Amino acid sequence: MKTIRVIPRLDIKGPNLVKGIHLEGLRVLGKPWEFACKYYRDGADELLYIDIVASLYGRNNLSDIVRKTAENIFIPLTVGGGVRSLDDIRELLRAGADKVAINTAAIHEPGLITEGARAFGSQCIVVSIEAKRIGNRCEAFTDNGREVTGRDVFEWAREAVDRGAGEILLTSIDREGTGGGFDLELTRRVAEAVPVPVIACGGCGKPRHLSEAIQAGKADAISAASVFHYHSLEQEAGMEKFSEEGNIEFLGHKRGSLHFMADKIIPMGIRDVKIRLRDAGIQCRDHGASLSNEPSQGNDHRLRHGQPLQHREGAAPY
Amino acid sequence: MGNLFSIERALRHIDAETDITSDPARIASADRLVLPGVGAFGNGMEELTKRGIDEALRGFVATGRPLFGICLGMQLMLSEGHEFGLHRGLDLIRGAVVRFRDPVDGEGSYKIPQIGWNGITLPAKNGASTGCRSDWKGTVLQDVQPGSFFYFVHSFVTVPEDRGHVLAETDYGRDRFCSVLIRENVSGSQFHPERSGEAGLQMLRTFMTL
Repeated sequence: MKTIRVIPRLDIKGPNLVKGIHLEGLRVLGKPWEFACKYYRDGADELLYIDIVASLYGRNNLSDIVRKTAENIFIPLTVGGGVRSLDDIRELLRAGADKVAINTAAIHEPGLITEGARAFGSQCIVVSIEAKRIGNRCEAFTDNGREVTGRDVFEWAREAVDRGAGEILLTSIDREGTGGGFDLELTRRVAEAVPVPVIACGGCGKPRHLSEAIQAGKADAISAASVFHYHSLEQEAGMEKFSEEGNIEFLGHKRGSLHFMADKIIPMGIRDVKIRLRDAGIQCRDHGASLSNEPSQGNDHRLRHGQPLQHREGAAPY
Repeated sequence: MGNLFSIERALRHIDAETDITSDPARIASADRLVLPGVGAFGNGMEELTKRGIDEALRGFVATGRPLFGICLGMQLMLSEGHEFGLHRGLDLIRGAVVRFRDPVDGEGSYKIPQIGWNGITLPAKNGASTGCRSDWKGTVLQDVQPGSFFYFVHSFVTVPEDRGHVLAETDYGRDRFCSVLIRENVSGSQFHPERSGEAGLQMLRTFMTL
């Protein structure tokens, strides 16, 4: 059967998991590997780590975070941000990544896609395309949505695959962080333009957005950040421990400040998402099928902290 | 062979001692062997032959100790591969490695390679074929429930000649293919147990007890 992958995306700045809106306005949410472990236990099909300032500052400090994550996580991990050379790819694979996502360097030096695919296999090379609508066109951006390239998204996607990309990670900059839903037309046009899987990213705020991306957008995998991260934060007590870099105002307000987008983003657990997808007739992995003895997660987790789930004002029912 | 380190991490996680080697002498003296591999059939076989690993593997298998192949490592166990021309394999299990059939218009879309999770089941007993496995007892899958999901990345599939060598099957696109194969002490999976969550780790734990 063909199954759809559900992939939490963790944007990383320095040592922290962060989340922005339109790839800007960053908020620190916590330590990436703690969120990653939770997503692994809850049945995430893969994980995506993106160092969102690596291209800007030319640094590459992801390896340590990847190493720490890979110790306890046995699902595929894709890592991107500042990947510029075969040596960068090799280092990330050695640290525990299974695939690397390349955007900026792939645009500036497309030969890196070919060389990477030849050296490590196409399955390792994910070309990340950050798309923005400019008038009637969809153009590819680099440096995490900061730099214009003038490249047409669909033409670039085809070229990337011809050069050896094994998958396309497609992020809509217009939708990213807004909770307004995936850009379905963009997703469908890219998915139909290339023979390899397309991971749709950017804009997921509600459960129905995920099934739309698959059914109308023809995506092979769906990636989301805010909905999963906010769900995790709701479940976690003691958020004070996460606060070393960046904007911590969000954390200071704790869950109260989640209301700032309560009408746009409904926190969802991975298990909830998969149930919803199956209800919509979409096949996805049931990680509980083989593990009858695993302790249940989800609601029990909240109760252990003595914090029963409160009704979210303004949040629509699932 | 980009997944070497993932396999090593998974094996260490279940408290196995590991040694990554291409040295025929160390291969010959191992208690158990895992043959990993990503990439193309021809290149993989060429590397094994160049380093004398092919002979070391045949010698190891003759001792009765367990050998497990993963992904391309599993495919290399067959007689021949059809990726980028025809190539001879290790011929530990008679059969061939062929590409997935392409989608046909109007019959639902799917992409090649298959990248993602899929379920495994006991082999179907179709028509006149006999000798099909009816359970997973005594094999790497003995503690895995039929229907469990594993992580696949591949465009080619193995077709063992003897249906008795098929331990598990999986459906993708227009094909029902052999996702785990077995012949005495030799077995292999098309999926990546080291990237397949707890079900994959369980399979590796069982392998360590064989």
